[in-house]
Amino acid sequence: MQQPPNSSRRQFLGLAGGAAVLGALPVVTVRPAEATPAMLASAIQSVTGGAAVRTGKVKLDIPPLVENGNTVPMTVSVNHPMAAEDHVRSIHVFNEKNPQPNIANFHLGPHNGRAQVSARIRLADSQKIVAIAKLSDGSFWSASVDVVVTLAACTEEVI
Amino acid sequence: MASAMINVPAKAKRGDIIEIKTLMSHIMEPGYRHKASGEVVPRDIITSLTCRFNGNEIFRADLFPAVAANPFITFFTTATESGKFEFEWIGDQGFSETASASISVE
Repeated sequence: MQQPPNSSRRQFLGLAGGAAVLGALPVVTVRPAEATPAMLASAIQSVTGGAAVRTGKVKLDIPPLVENGNTVPMTVSVNHPMAAEDHVRSIHVFNEKNPQPNIANFHLGPHNGRAQVSARIRLADSQKIVAIAKLSDGSFWSASVDVVVTLAACTEEVI
Repeated sequence: MASAMINVPAKAKRGDIIEIKTLMSHIMEPGYRHKASGEVVPRDIITSLTCRFNGNEIFRADLFPAVAANPFITFFTTATESGKFEFEWIGDQGFSETASASISVE
């Protein structure tokens, strides 16, 4: 088989040309559905039942700048004892711009020893991530982080 | 085909807090993507992971489409006695997988 000369160069130029065309068009981002901070608020409300959520205790570790939204490492830890009479019952993670604002719920108990969970998540846009911890005394604590996403997840076309 | 990877220390001292890592191969199709023909790719995700130790539930996670493909979830637990961890993943379209790991506590 004879390869056409400079095939990789041609491919590169083709890609570069395509990118230039894309760049010239106005950027239209298609979102799966309407996603609003109001939905985030109502999702939080469904967990807390309207109880006050205080800031603190919770630490949300997530990169502030995400290059690939398809897999974003996230760790939530709660600075609270895990004693039988006083422990973290659950950790809930939400995102702001998703038709379904829930990311995950983690149910814990005193036997966990340490209130810390990690997971890898998807983000389709730059947005705020909120983690809320529910303690055994019924109080809620939260932390939030703003994340910038350069490559979005979830909306790409399937071939 | 789905397959699970779990990482539990084989041995621990009583009272140690140990980390448990789980990974399940799964596409986690969020249900928002379209094919070139325009039709929506149906949602196919894992919705829950449960971990039991000697029959008692010690950890449970509800997962939503925003969890990345091949869900990798880690958590902690206190080693109290020797026994068996049993993991169960349940998802859309009848998805169900289990795995187990033993620990000896001295």
